[in-house]
Amino acid sequence: MNQDLQKERAAASFNPELLTHILDGSPENTRRRREIENMILNDPDFQHEDLNFLSRSQRYEVAVKKSATSLKKMRTYGIADPDEIMWFKKLHLVNFVEPVGLNYSMFIPTLLNQGTAAQQEKWLLPSKRLEIIGTYAQTELGHGTHLRGLETTATYDPETQEFILNSPSVTSIKWWPGGLGKTSNYAIVLAQLITQGKCYGLHAFIVPLRELGTHKPLPGITVGDIGPKFGYDEMDNGYLKMDNYRIPRENMLMKYAQVKPDGTYVKPLSNKLTYGTMVFIRSFLVGEAARCLSKACTIAIRYSAVRHQSEIKPDEPEPQILDYQTQQYKLFPFLATAYAFQFVGAYMKETYHRINEDIGQGDLSGLPELHALTAGLKAFTSWTANAAIEACRMACGGHGYSHCSGLPNIYVNFTPTCTFEGENTVMMLQTARFLMKSYDQVHSGKLVYGTVSYLNDLPSQRIQPQQVAVWPTVVDINSPDSLTKAYKLRASRLVEIAAKNLQTEVSRRKSREIAWNLTSIDLVRASEAHCHYVVVKLFSEKLHQIQEKSIQAVLRNLCLLYALYGISQNAGDFLQGSIMTESQITQVNERIKELLMAIRPEAVALVDAFDFQDVTLGSVLGRYDGNVYENMFEWAKKSPLNKTEVHESYHKHLKSLQSKL
Amino acid sequence: MDSPAHRMALGDTRSRQVHPDIESERCMPSFNVEQLTNILDGGAQNTALRRKVESIVHSDPELSLEDNYFMTQNERYEAAFKKTFHIQMLAQRLGWSQDSRELRYAQRTLSGDLALGLHRTFLKSIRTLGSEEQVAKWDQLGTKFQILGTYAQTELGHGTFLRGLETEATYDAATQEFVVHSPTITAIKWWPGDLGRSATHALVQAQLICSGARQGMHAFIVPVRSLEDHSPLPGITVGDIGPKMDFDHMDNGFLKLDHVRVPRENMLSRFAQVLPDGTYIKLGTEKSNYFGMVVVRVEMLMDEVLPLLQKACVIAIRYSVIRRQSQLRPSDPEAKILDHQTQQQKLFPQLAKAYVFHFVANSLQKFLHRSYSSILDRDFSLLPELHALSAGMKAMVSDFCSQGAELCRRACGGHGYSKLSGLPFLVTKVTASCTYEGENTVLYLQTARFLVKSYLQAQESTGSTPQRPLPESVAYLTAPDLARCPAQTAADFLHPEVYTAAWAHVVVRLIKDSVYHLQTLMQSGADMQEAWNQTILRHLQAAKAHCYYVTVKIFTEALEKLESEPAIKQVLKRLCDLYALDGILTNAGDFLHDGFLSGAQIDVVKTVYLDLLLLIRKDAILLTDAFDYTDQCLNSALGCYDGNVYERLFQWAQKSPTNTQRNPAYEKYIRPLLQSWSSKL
Repeated sequence: MNQDLQKERAAASFNPELLTHILDGSPENTRRRREIENMILNDPDFQHEDLNFLSRSQRYEVAVKKSATSLKKMRTYGIADPDEIMWFKKLHLVNFVEPVGLNYSMFIPTLLNQGTAAQQEKWLLPSKRLEIIGTYAQTELGHGTHLRGLETTATYDPETQEFILNSPSVTSIKWWPGGLGKTSNYAIVLAQLITQGKCYGLHAFIVPLRELGTHKPLPGITVGDIGPKFGYDEMDNGYLKMDNYRIPRENMLMKYAQVKPDGTYVKPLSNKLTYGTMVFIRSFLVGEAARCLSKACTIAIRYSAVRHQSEIKPDEPEPQILDYQTQQYKLFPFLATAYAFQFVGAYMKETYHRINEDIGQGDLSGLPELHALTAGLKAFTSWTANAAIEACRMACGGHGYSHCSGLPNIYVNFTPTCTFEGENTVMMLQTARFLMKSYDQVHSGKLVYGTVSYLNDLPSQRIQPQQVAVWPTVVDINSPDSLTKAYKLRASRLVEIAAKNLQTEVSRRKSREIAWNLTSIDLVRASEAHCHYVVVKLFSEKLHQIQEKSIQAVLRNLCLLYALYGISQNAGDFLQGSIMTESQITQVNERIKELLMAIRPEAVALVDAFDFQDVTLGSVLGRYDGNVYENMFEWAKKSPLNKTEVHESYHKHLKSLQSKL
Repeated sequence: MDSPAHRMALGDTRSRQVHPDIESERCMPSFNVEQLTNILDGGAQNTALRRKVESIVHSDPELSLEDNYFMTQNERYEAAFKKTFHIQMLAQRLGWSQDSRELRYAQRTLSGDLALGLHRTFLKSIRTLGSEEQVAKWDQLGTKFQILGTYAQTELGHGTFLRGLETEATYDAATQEFVVHSPTITAIKWWPGDLGRSATHALVQAQLICSGARQGMHAFIVPVRSLEDHSPLPGITVGDIGPKMDFDHMDNGFLKLDHVRVPRENMLSRFAQVLPDGTYIKLGTEKSNYFGMVVVRVEMLMDEVLPLLQKACVIAIRYSVIRRQSQLRPSDPEAKILDHQTQQQKLFPQLAKAYVFHFVANSLQKFLHRSYSSILDRDFSLLPELHALSAGMKAMVSDFCSQGAELCRRACGGHGYSKLSGLPFLVTKVTASCTYEGENTVLYLQTARFLVKSYLQAQESTGSTPQRPLPESVAYLTAPDLARCPAQTAADFLHPEVYTAAWAHVVVRLIKDSVYHLQTLMQSGADMQEAWNQTILRHLQAAKAHCYYVTVKIFTEALEKLESEPAIKQVLKRLCDLYALDGILTNAGDFLHDGFLSGAQIDVVKTVYLDLLLLIRKDAILLTDAFDYTDQCLNSALGCYDGNVYERLFQWAQKSPTNTQRNPAYEKYIRPLLQSWSSKL
């Protein structure tokens, strides 16, 4: 073990194991998670060469092999609980990227959600066993988050009782679905349903893509891989073009809407239930933001404790770079953010389960707020984590650019979260729509509840109007609860500004849509401020639930750092809204420096508490034992470019260059 | 308007049909695009020459970039070599010299995806650090490629901090040789480009030890590979450092030296010499050894960093007029995404930076050229300012270009994630520039030291002694300052004096504040280094603000020279306004802090900012056209001049090896899974 890391671990004021239990939910969860992880670590069937040295095609092959292997292994090990499956996959997959991933995350849930009993009986078991491999094809080459714009059609033919699926234009080609390119032989395709000459909007169809036995595309189907991407090398994201391709009537998912054999369309009953799946996926993505950022922090902080550079005082040995205030200022706010997002992710998972129970009892009242909140939080956490992961990479200097740091992989595999499952700006505007609705409601004299209840207290809503500038609080910068209030004031101010500006644009007799567009920068800011408030609130509330004093103390510092850093970064909002004074902002900046010093001795223990196995981090810089340099040298020597001492390019090009000039 | 054939892919039939959504953007130009291109190129004759070189390069199938995204690291390296070889043959045939404009244009056209980039750095460093005889000897060999050089400074355990490097060069007077040695694992040279598999010689930075005394870092020419069979020479362990985020075309390498002996003449000796008996003679200052880095930092901005942001802007903005999403009015077709306010907010500040930094890089190059020869003649009076300015500008431009390119990538939604958009390539390349040639935080802090020094110098000289004028780039530190910004109306904030003064005010306040805290700590007993580390965040903030001020100032001055081109001046001034005001809004806290701007004034700035977005919207496509990148050079399915995005993406994807080669995973793993079901049917 590297001596620097050893010292760091000895100096921490708390036992990281206890914090790990909190992050896992319970000591029992930690135990079971490690048990599962050890099964994989000790299983030779899961060993493979470092992915960084493989070509894209080889990486794809490794991933498919892992999926096939894990299907058998999970059966052998008796892993069926959703959390346990997560732990299992978390360890052996690269950021959950697997070519058959959409079979589990989209194909099966959609079948369960929208398929009839007969359809489920036919398709469910085989897809669970990967005897058919399904994917989910929604996005098109020219159309993304805006669903109504999709062009693929499914026209019913009562003569043969078939649907004719067609891609009428280049822009209508299905594009991006994971596993579509090479792996899947079935897809659930979203298409505009046309029957009896009328279009009824988007519906889902089960479409066979490849012939059993040969895996060749069926006649009328053009399918393939969309080519190399920023990351996701293991995944065969694909395209699908259908040329008047016929499928039987029974292949339309008909739990809600139906098409009768004669072509009569039967409307679905209200279908708010699909909200549930979206909330689930988005809450998963918030958890992903937390996990990926935690990994990046682990690597950058461990490496910063091992790396020595420059001098603070002449003639003293070079200090650990973690001792530089600039390095602490780069990393610790993100460490605090990683913890904040861990708790937000856990909260969203709980909420999802709670709401699911409510839905079971027929209570849908909580859904609109939850739906709006998850959209915003997905965007807020993924944007923040995206920038933070990249900042962690840069904080490792040049070595962060090498794949041996593991950081480029984390970044390129995380960054699509900002655009998939709803592009972030669009998500923020969805949240804004809910905020504007709530604001209008308050304005018309009704109270609102939940996370937006602060809108009830807007000064402009009071009977005796006050100056917006006069807020009834003095912020205590050492109290997480008081800081939560400050964020609440910022959010209500920005929501009000957006609402008023929207109103002004509307009153200039512009259409609601144009007014909305001309206010959208303000609307996004309002949503961001709302989400920021919710995160600070959840973090400070979490502190109250922690019994262990030593853990509470260190988390409290992180919570304060998270809240104060946000104020410092957005000082303009807090000053302009007279929520804080200039001298308070100065105090905030001073307090941040004190907190950096307070967190410094705990930093390595705080990242140890995330409890990532070295193989999950995939990083030489972030190794638990800190033996960075020896292992970098060993790693480099294994690189394919070093297979021969003199590269063939020398003979082909260099030599002739020298001889001809 | 005729469609400019030079920008479009040759032999591409699709280009005959320009997409109406992009054609409509070009039909009512408010300025002459060609003239703006000429300004960017530094004259119409340069534009013509550049296009001539481009057409030569593009008509040569050996130099096509089309398959780049499909290649492995090994293939990219080989392709880069093949192209370098080919270009050198062309240069020889057409009489382009090594430092010619033609060769520079050829490199620009090939997006720098060539080998032997460090070979040039090697030669440049010899020209700056070597004696006349050394320059004469090595330049000759290098220019003819009889040797291939690289520049080896960074070590596995040590980066930007030069004094921390461990490699040693110990003089042995008995044989008149230096013994160059890597004493530890952390001393292994790590990262130099072209070192992994190509270079025959390395310029090695090492601690000079002679007559038992350590004399600091000096540069030594060390042969690393045999000129016969290219195998590593005795005592040399050399290889590639393995896969990276990008720069796959380049073989960044490691070098471990085991008591390797080089003759005394191989130490570069313009600024320091070791006599045969081991006597050390210093001819320059501590800083002269940094001069080579200064030159590299200045030149990389225009040649390597800036084009990457410009291209990202071209691609993202062109795609944003083709891509349609959501309706702005229920009855309308889906709107171009560039008409969404949020899209404009993402892209136009990046476009503004792409222009601002062009003029910044230009002005910095001129400064370098003004001072270059005097520094070579050992007059170092301009070096501190040049060093501070180039460090800060390198940090700022590479930071902003990286963030900007990544923003452009994400603004293209899912398709920006495809390599075929060209954007991942630009992002991974530009982001490397934040850490190479000096880590950015360290560089900002070098600028900060210069600021503190200059500020103190200004303080000392007020009153008693006659004032020694401050260097030009910091002269504003002594200018009279207002306590409140006088601007009231929207029109006021469009005066460059107003926002330039606002930035100056903030910088002066931040420096004053950082110096005050530094001095307070020192008066209470802390030593300089400790006090510096305690106040370092303040210095960092001040340096960043100073750099912002400098860029605003340079751009406004450049605009003043465009009096004869009012239409172009107007469109560029909008970008300048947007750049300055965007910076104020992003850092509103700094401007509100001492009441220099009021909340009401910030609101006015925001209104002006939103109005500017709409004005720039009209010219956006033309502003990207003016950069005049050819389709092949952009190498992007989303960014083509003709706007036929989707057809290109579909066709290009079909050429991917994943589609043209068989799928081994199917036979091995997928088929066994699927068969169990078909057997049940």
